[in-house]
Amino acid sequence: MLSAVDLAAIWLTFKLASLTTATLMVVGTPIAWWLARTRSRIKALVGAVVALPLVLPPTVLGFYLLITLGPHGPVGHLTQSLGLGVLPFTFAGLVVASVFYSLPFVVQPLQQAFEAIGPRPLEVAATLRASPWDSFFTVIVPLAKPGFITAAILGFAHTVGEFGVVLMIGGNIPEKTRVVSVQIYDHVEAMEYAEAHVLAGGMLLFSFLVLLTLYSRKGTSVWK
Amino acid sequence: MKIQGSYLLAGLMFAASGGSVQAAEVQVAVAANFTAPMQKIAAEFEKDTGHKALLAFGATGKFYAQIKNGAPFQVFLAADDQTPAKLETEGDTVPGSRFTYAIGTLVLWSAKPGYVDEQGAVLKKGQFKHLAIANPKTATYGTAAVAVLTKLGLLETIQPKLVTGENISQTYQFIMTGNAELGFVALSQVMLDDKLTGGSAWIVPTHLHEPIRQDAVILVKGKDQPAAKALIDYLKGKKATTIIQSYGYALP
Repeated sequence: MLSAVDLAAIWLTFKLASLTTATLMVVGTPIAWWLARTRSRIKALVGAVVALPLVLPPTVLGFYLLITLGPHGPVGHLTQSLGLGVLPFTFAGLVVASVFYSLPFVVQPLQQAFEAIGPRPLEVAATLRASPWDSFFTVIVPLAKPGFITAAILGFAHTVGEFGVVLMIGGNIPEKTRVVSVQIYDHVEAMEYAEAHVLAGGMLLFSFLVLLTLYSRKGTSVWK
Repeated sequence: MKIQGSYLLAGLMFAASGGSVQAAEVQVAVAANFTAPMQKIAAEFEKDTGHKALLAFGATGKFYAQIKNGAPFQVFLAADDQTPAKLETEGDTVPGSRFTYAIGTLVLWSAKPGYVDEQGAVLKKGQFKHLAIANPKTATYGTAAVAVLTKLGLLETIQPKLVTGENISQTYQFIMTGNAELGFVALSQVMLDDKLTGGSAWIVPTHLHEPIRQDAVILVKGKDQPAAKALIDYLKGKKATTIIQSYGYALP
């Protein structure tokens, strides 16, 4: 039912979403923590930048990424001088783009979780002479666990659902940048509706199950 | 609603005042490679006839799917002759309206001056990381590009370096931004007033691929629409054909 190309696209999408989510948990946690705790005047500024992908069309993000990551852009100059080449048309490029694109889906649930905990548990931990790192991992992480799970699920699912950005900087290369959403688009354009149905139906089912799981978890606010 | 009403009123008054032609709108699906010339032609068309052409640009394969699924296009300017012919046999066009409006020219192009030589030997040297083509499954210029690479016996070696644009405009975008060093695009995209707009190019000899005959057709939704008929006639006229040729297209 699924061709080798389709399977390759599914595997690639899974790899991309996993790697993106892992990166986002590492990058997003300190940002969310800072946003939840800071009284800095630039809090609103950082919060707004993080939330931009929620409202920007993927074409805007894709267009700027294509230019800044390209050989004449600032990031392109940097990656070239490091001997890494340029990022568009590579799997690494898709990961970078996806991290930007899915950033708010990870940062915002984490920020909400951290804010809900409040400063009290950390103060208590400090009186018990726990170091800041120690108290973060032994106090905050367990308390914010539902937030971490929500953030990971949303980050993963949103990356799977990515299309416009990948289309603009991916170059549609099998096993490197041709993810499921692009493969579906190709099938539809080539009028291969039967193949499109299999993948599109699978995507619909997957997304529904993810959200169902998310909303079925008791006692956690998912999203505001 | 108010605005629409006043337009309607103005239209009625115009009709009543004995205006010889009723100005109308025509919705046109245009192959991406024909974007620049069509914008010029549409502007002239509006000046000369009063009719307004609303243009949508994209890949021919996508337009086919949209037309089959009820898209409101009245005229279709395709990037090939097969798709309009197919629509004709399937009864989606006005019989007898199909004609070749341009013959496309494929070009190997780089945004860098001096990068592509005039014989296209750069292809054989293979000292590039990415070569951009349009999706050969859905875009005529992509199919032609693959035919050229096959004929030159280079498809297998170049295959890992191919990046595919969704249509010919995106392919151009990949090359223009330097992300792909070179690629196959339509001559019309890199040519203006019989001159290359920048970079370097090899105009691919026509014996290396099937001729890119681009056909136009009036769709069923454009039946008995004077503006649709007027546009097709206009495309055959002197003004339009001069514009078409200035972008490097041949005429049948």
